[in-house]
Amino acid sequence: MSLKDISTSVPKKDHKGKVSGQLPYISDETVENMVYGVLYRSPIAYGKILSIQLPNFPEGYEAVGAEDIPGPNYVKIIKEDQPIFANEWVNYIGEPIFMLVGKDLDVLHRLVDEIKVEFEEHQAIYTLDEAIEQKSTSACLASYEFGEDKEIISSIEQGAYQIIEEEYNTGYQEHVYLEPQGMLAIYQDDEIVVKGSMQCLYYIKNALLNALACGDEEVRVVQSPTGGGFGGKEEFPSLMACHVAVAAKAVKKSVMLVFDRSEDMVVTTKRHPAKLKYRTALDREGNILSMCVDIYLEGGANAGLSSVVLQRALINSAGVYKIPHFHAKGYVLKTNTVPNGAFRGFGAPQSFAGMESHIGHLSKLAKMDPLEYKRKYLVQQGDPTITKGKFHDPILMKEMIEDLLYTSDYKKRKREFQHFNQHNHRYKKGIGTSLFLHGCGFTGSGERDHIKATVKLNKSKDDKVSLKISNSDMGQGILTTLCKIVAKELDLPYEEILFPYPDTKEVPDSGPTVASRTTMIVGKLLERAAKKLKTQWQTGVEQEVIENYVHRQMIPWDEKTFTGDAYPAYSWGVNIVEVEVDTLTGNVRLEKVYANYEVGKVIDHMVMKGQIDGGLAQGLAYGYLEKMTSKQGKIQQKSISDYGPPTSLDIVPIQSKVFDNPYADGPYGAKGAGELTLIGGAPAIQAAIEDALQTSFWQIPITPEVIIESLWKKEGDES
Amino acid sequence: MITFTLNGRVVETDAPATVRLLDLIRDEFKLIGTKEGCGEGECGACSVFVNGLLQNSCLIPIGSIAGANIQTIEGILETESFKLLDESYSAAGAVQCGYCIPGMIMASAALLSKNPHPSKIEIREGISGNLCRCTGYNMIVDAIHLAAKKGDGLWQKK
Repeated sequence: MSLKDISTSVPKKDHKGKVSGQLPYISDETVENMVYGVLYRSPIAYGKILSIQLPNFPEGYEAVGAEDIPGPNYVKIIKEDQPIFANEWVNYIGEPIFMLVGKDLDVLHRLVDEIKVEFEEHQAIYTLDEAIEQKSTSACLASYEFGEDKEIISSIEQGAYQIIEEEYNTGYQEHVYLEPQGMLAIYQDDEIVVKGSMQCLYYIKNALLNALACGDEEVRVVQSPTGGGFGGKEEFPSLMACHVAVAAKAVKKSVMLVFDRSEDMVVTTKRHPAKLKYRTALDREGNILSMCVDIYLEGGANAGLSSVVLQRALINSAGVYKIPHFHAKGYVLKTNTVPNGAFRGFGAPQSFAGMESHIGHLSKLAKMDPLEYKRKYLVQQGDPTITKGKFHDPILMKEMIEDLLYTSDYKKRKREFQHFNQHNHRYKKGIGTSLFLHGCGFTGSGERDHIKATVKLNKSKDDKVSLKISNSDMGQGILTTLCKIVAKELDLPYEEILFPYPDTKEVPDSGPTVASRTTMIVGKLLERAAKKLKTQWQTGVEQEVIENYVHRQMIPWDEKTFTGDAYPAYSWGVNIVEVEVDTLTGNVRLEKVYANYEVGKVIDHMVMKGQIDGGLAQGLAYGYLEKMTSKQGKIQQKSISDYGPPTSLDIVPIQSKVFDNPYADGPYGAKGAGELTLIGGAPAIQAAIEDALQTSFWQIPITPEVIIESLWKKEGDES
Repeated sequence: MITFTLNGRVVETDAPATVRLLDLIRDEFKLIGTKEGCGEGECGACSVFVNGLLQNSCLIPIGSIAGANIQTIEGILETESFKLLDESYSAAGAVQCGYCIPGMIMASAALLSKNPHPSKIEIREGISGNLCRCTGYNMIVDAIHLAAKKGDGLWQKK
């Protein structure tokens, strides 16, 4: 198939293997001389290990722990605070202490139950509120502050008509990738091959080089077909990879570690619960004079990627608005709970939920339609960002909003709903909007200074071209989209371009599969590599081309002062959602969803639609369906139905459109799209529920319990 | 010893009666198309046909399947119905990470053989026991709708 227009959809590369079920995920693999691993985990939230009593092991069964780690006992990522196997202190329920390995899983589970560890328990910090109260004494894992001078804000506040303070809370979100986490270490005398479900091959490789204290040639990382990631397979798999690799080295056998769903739900990273505080000065007409935002993220027991998540939360703390005299600060606080980490949106969903909620509430004070109020503050091309960077490229939000108002018949629907609500006691209808953006690629100069991506194209003697990159297809479709980019550049049929599952022995480090960077950054490098290969093409000759990352000219990012261009480019979105709320049960029924996006240029319409529908389903559910809680350090939802991700009956058809706005430094003009689509869901559904009930909420998820409580309170206030 | 029919072939196993059908299919018969997503009958990734009925194989102890006719995704790969679903899922772009898909295909086949012309809401009901975290379901609904349209006459024959 030759590609006239890059956006025209093609059959997906991996379709056949997936539809037939014959493409092997990691749990479908077995290798010779393979044993299983089962982890013994801390039963307490915080304490010191005093003594350990292991049972007598049958032949072929062994325990692997901290003393078996050849290198230092931490998972290499940013800070050195996450042990591979805890051996002195435990910091959360579920923290791994040992791994038992052997042939039979039932025997392993029985042996794990027989392990006896004596702890000296210490007072744990279980919640974000406790951590905030004890902020001076508890560990602050990261903090940043930037924006307008506080003295200036203070003098503005003194002259203001009123000051509005709001506190907004967001809960955990669990990824629920359908394929649970799994990792296999294949033991060979001179090399450990770690294979599994993952987003970031070189994060794992670097963690293994550190843990095994070995040479580059002694460890290799291979991605298996990955059954969903959503950020959950960004940093967490590094821990599992260290477990299986250390164990394989120790017992000289191949070791497989696969979680069942309940283990996966209880011990893997989640979206950070957050508390966002807003303090806004208004004039008599309700115009914003100044705004201060404080963000607190619940880090869990280890720093992990939390500092970077906080950066993104802060950079997005003013939403898509140009707010005069804006100031923000944020903290990640340590708690004795399961470490939180990457999740599609990476801090931005919390910020957008909070800011869209706050600005919606301000519009009520100004007695304006929320969308009208929001439009007054919309950023435009050339405007400064809150970090003294600049929106360099054209912004199409005005057109996108206008278009969606027309498509959804917003004004008419508003009137109809008012009428409906006046005549219906039990059911109430509402319509809500959200406006949002997503910065593509790593924050600041991360791409240039930390990632330094390299891509390679190989051409074999029979003129077959293969992509050699370290990025994972986890379902988002890069096997298809990146091959399309190369095929079009080389003017070759798309089917002839090969993209084997990456293996660090074969591929350079083109960076992790995160941060909405793969299409825009890796795709651009591949486009350039393909251009180069085309000019050098020699039929029947083996050839190789390499391309390295080139940083776009922008306002330099300074992490210390938190100033400069935080991202090279932004993708944009508008959502409109209609709901019906049952005031008797508190149930929310999604009725209509409209969505406009601008992602530069779409590389494949169908892949993009898949991102839109899937991202929105996750984002909407974050706002009203999915609830995960922790009690005394223990995650309470251990099964999928306890947690409540959407089923086919919860979701409705989504009417979406994508606007073209080609970006010079993206392939064919493409920017990032994967995370953007999640971000607008929660704030739009909150606004719709508020519209239906004519009330305000200060939290997500807005579950039936929250709705009923709010209705009771409203009734009480009115009577 | 338990004897049953697996994908048209009579087979036997010595595995204990409490072993899950899911494990037997995967570990002993090496059929990897039936996936484990939750182990609690909540996600549908392990869907198989037991005597023609769609079931979660993670909830079935093999002691209960003596003499039964079990069909996994591998058992339908050569059928016209599968080929049609395969094409429709491809045309609708319904496959992302793929982990739920064999189970979805089984659920789609079960639905269409009972109701060859389902409405979109009937399709949603038909796959409501199968979770997908990538697609938001709409493209899967479209795929099944397409298969129903294209397969006019095919589904009734079953």
